[in-house]
Amino acid sequence: MATDPLSSTAVAGPTAADETPAPDSELTTEPRRFTRAVLHNRKAMVGAVILLIMVFVAVFPGLIAPHDPHATDFQPNEGPSSAHLLGTTQLGQDVFSQLIWSTRLTLWVTVVVSVIATFISMIIGVTAAYIGGLTDRVLTVLTDVFLIIPVLPLLIVLSAYLTPGVKSLIIVLTITSWAFQARQLRSQGLSVRSRDFLAAARLRGERRLYIILVEIVPTMTSLLAASFLALAVFEVGFAASLQFLGLGNSGELMWGTMLYNAQQAAALESGNAWWALAPGIAVVLLGTGFALVNYAFDEIGNPALRPVRRRKVRGQASA
Amino acid sequence: MAKPLLEVSDLSVDYPTDAADVHAVKEVSFTVEPGEFLGIVGESGCGKSTLLFGVGQLLSPPGEVVGGSVVFHGHDMVRLAGEELRSVRWRDYSVVMQSAMNALNPMKSIGAQFKDTLEAHRTMSDGEIEQRSAEVLRMVGIDPVHLASYPHQLSGGMRQRAMISMALLFTPQLVMMDEPTSALDVVAQRSLMSKIKELQETLGFAVIFVTHDMSVVSRYSDRVLVMYAGEIAEAASTEEIFERPRHPYTRALMSAIPSVRGPRRELLGIPGSPPDLAHPPTGCPFHPRCPDVMPECLSVDPPLYPVEDAEVRCLLYTEQAKEAV
Amino acid sequence: MPPTQNSRGRATEAAEPLLRTVDLTRHFRLGGMFSKQVLHAVDDFNIAIHEREIVALVGESGSGKSTVARLLAGEYRPTRGEIYYRGRSLRSLRSRKDLKAYRGEVPMVFQDPFSSFNPVFRISHGVRRNLALHRPELSRDQRRQEAERVFESVGLSARMLGRFPYEMSGGERQRVGFAQALAVRPKLILADEPVSMLDVSIRAGILNMMAGLREQEGVSILYITHDLASARYVADRVVVMYAGQVAESGPTEAVLGDPQHPYTQLLLSAVADPGEKESISGDTGEPPRVINPSEGCRFRWRCPYAIEKCAQVTPVLRPVGSSEVACHVAPVAPEKVTEPARMASISK
Repeated sequence: MATDPLSSTAVAGPTAADETPAPDSELTTEPRRFTRAVLHNRKAMVGAVILLIMVFVAVFPGLIAPHDPHATDFQPNEGPSSAHLLGTTQLGQDVFSQLIWSTRLTLWVTVVVSVIATFISMIIGVTAAYIGGLTDRVLTVLTDVFLIIPVLPLLIVLSAYLTPGVKSLIIVLTITSWAFQARQLRSQGLSVRSRDFLAAARLRGERRLYIILVEIVPTMTSLLAASFLALAVFEVGFAASLQFLGLGNSGELMWGTMLYNAQQAAALESGNAWWALAPGIAVVLLGTGFALVNYAFDEIGNPALRPVRRRKVRGQASA
Repeated sequence: MAKPLLEVSDLSVDYPTDAADVHAVKEVSFTVEPGEFLGIVGESGCGKSTLLFGVGQLLSPPGEVVGGSVVFHGHDMVRLAGEELRSVRWRDYSVVMQSAMNALNPMKSIGAQFKDTLEAHRTMSDGEIEQRSAEVLRMVGIDPVHLASYPHQLSGGMRQRAMISMALLFTPQLVMMDEPTSALDVVAQRSLMSKIKELQETLGFAVIFVTHDMSVVSRYSDRVLVMYAGEIAEAASTEEIFERPRHPYTRALMSAIPSVRGPRRELLGIPGSPPDLAHPPTGCPFHPRCPDVMPECLSVDPPLYPVEDAEVRCLLYTEQAKEAV
Repeated sequence: MPPTQNSRGRATEAAEPLLRTVDLTRHFRLGGMFSKQVLHAVDDFNIAIHEREIVALVGESGSGKSTVARLLAGEYRPTRGEIYYRGRSLRSLRSRKDLKAYRGEVPMVFQDPFSSFNPVFRISHGVRRNLALHRPELSRDQRRQEAERVFESVGLSARMLGRFPYEMSGGERQRVGFAQALAVRPKLILADEPVSMLDVSIRAGILNMMAGLREQEGVSILYITHDLASARYVADRVVVMYAGQVAESGPTEAVLGDPQHPYTQLLLSAVADPGEKESISGDTGEPPRVINPSEGCRFRWRCPYAIEKCAQVTPVLRPVGSSEVACHVAPVAPEKVTEPARMASISK
């Protein structure tokens, strides 16, 4: 024990007892904690399984689909059979194969739109929050404008100029959905802005761009992931709806275009009902998958939301 | 011999986590007599706030009481719920939180919040409500004109006073406080503390005061409990604890406080940090940081030994406790 | 022996101070552009900090001490007045480079160990960035060595460099705050209430560490606090602030052992040593009025010794004994400080 701090050569510090590293410090890294949390959470497991299946189907459609989705070799408008699990279309195509092959493009569009929209909303939201002042006002007005734009009329106008297809779909979806999360990301940016570590970064001389990209954005990863998932849920349905309304390219293989084609052929009434039902169910399933994983995020982030297991109180009876 | 107002027996509170159950409070027992001022002192993470919430039935999930009883007025609080709990709450005991800004609704005036509280527990006419609200504000030294003010319009000291007056609306017999002065400056702190003491002596309620700073409580408390790692390390009258601290932790706590008027001496502090309650040390939880550690301390978790007028959870006192018996 | 036995303002006063302010003033306009409400956060603040010295700036909420810290750190520009660092006025620091160089010699340590570290990065992030920004001449290996060295200087093992903030206690994190400041080879560390958010039992270690830094590293520290006892323990000199102005200033033992200003006396009477008996005062600790303040002493509404002059003329610092006091009636007998204030509280 030091008797006189003036003469001691070492600065008073925590003793050996404090030197033992925190238990589990190697195990408790973010990805590992997250994985463990997902595994323990039933909703997340179900959602994750659904998504994994979808991804597998998207990557290896040839392994599952029995036929070429475009081939019109078969008897049209047949119901489900052992040869055609979901029947055939009006043109004699195998519905099941079409469904499987459509997974790829559907998933692709959903993910691309969600990623780009989340990215845009993040840049705009965080910049508005951190720079503040006039920049903030301008960006907020911009966000609000995009939020209020009525989507359907905009689409109808745009569809006159854009050739129907996946590219246009991505553009339109991104334009109309980036604004949703921008507000929320801006709020998060505002709450982080007053944290001391940003003042510390400023005071040590970091540039503004560095602070935004390196100090602020990484603290929002879970919010960004949650935004992405929330957006994905929405985009799945939105994309399908747009295509169902005829704003897609019916030649491209997506669940939405399948719905459109089935509707055009009045499949529900006079043809193969499964041609119309199957893509709809697939859309719901994919959306649910994203939604369930999103639930898990909430519960992981906030332990108070986890299911409470009531236990019996041990001890004496009341006095 | 009067019955104690509050009797806590072997109370245990756990927080289940992914890794292991955290035993935040381990079989804590103590009593509070009517009109007594009890201080509960300890570092952050020792379980003192959890203990308070456990006693007041204010734990939020995932924390829960897993053992023991809290007997207040003959009722075991742990087993009360819903309507029964509400009838006792605030009327017979109330709680003052650490930060008024967290507990007061920033969107409502002080008067409106008093009204809500009063109406929640008793039916009163508007006139009675106004009268009582003004009365409690005056008790804590705030001009009743502030019933119309919003929390952000009051200074920190005034907000804390408003919180305390809200706790007194029904003249409860027990007021529990969780570090109500830690956000205040030293002059406001001293003023608030002496006001609390004054009210306590006039109205006769008991106080449980939780804090990490012993000096705050030393001038006003009758008895002090020192907590460590979810257990009581030492319990004694205030005078006894300050004049003859027995547990090495208590002694270390006291020697860590710099003095403003006394002789100048080197501050030692307590090396290391409080234990991770998910992975507590074996034996006595304080042994890794104890200046008087002995070999047995690593394997034996001592019980509370009665030693003269105090109770000490330390193997240094095994012999003394045996002699007393 | 307590750590502040040497350099008690003796030899250092002859030398040129490291940092010196002259009538430093900072006002904030409240409300919109056309509002007339001006908050006088700091008014005519004068302080001098020498080499190898710990100066405690003591004050409560609303005293302006945090604003002083921000002014000295270069985060705010003064409304009026000058700051001289090593003889050079801060106003002359125009370019980014100049300001950065200053910050490389006068870094700041923050109050809140729980929000002053980015949770996404390891705890060594700040140290590494400081080294990269302020000591670019070092090679990668040298930087690693420096990081280890500063960690050891504050009593932490080099193994902790790889830890994340959530794995460390509040006390450990505050040490890292000092390590970050040391990484730039500072002359003066601005420590803004570094122990206020730590448990009383942990503070001792940090205070001892601060005293050690003065000896081993030769840095000066401006220790901003509201806790008189810790100021007494670690500081060579104490400056007491009230309502944006200096009330009293001088060697620690003089100011805290024999306070001259009624406010200092009030503060001292309010602090309890463990085991001390109660002392009553009518003072409720209401924050000072600094919005459009009038002339005269700002403490007069709470002062038991106030005279007419106190309402008319703002007192300036003048020598009383070995300290400087801004008071018309000092020296006064400290026992009377707990009597009620003479001037009735006029609203606004």
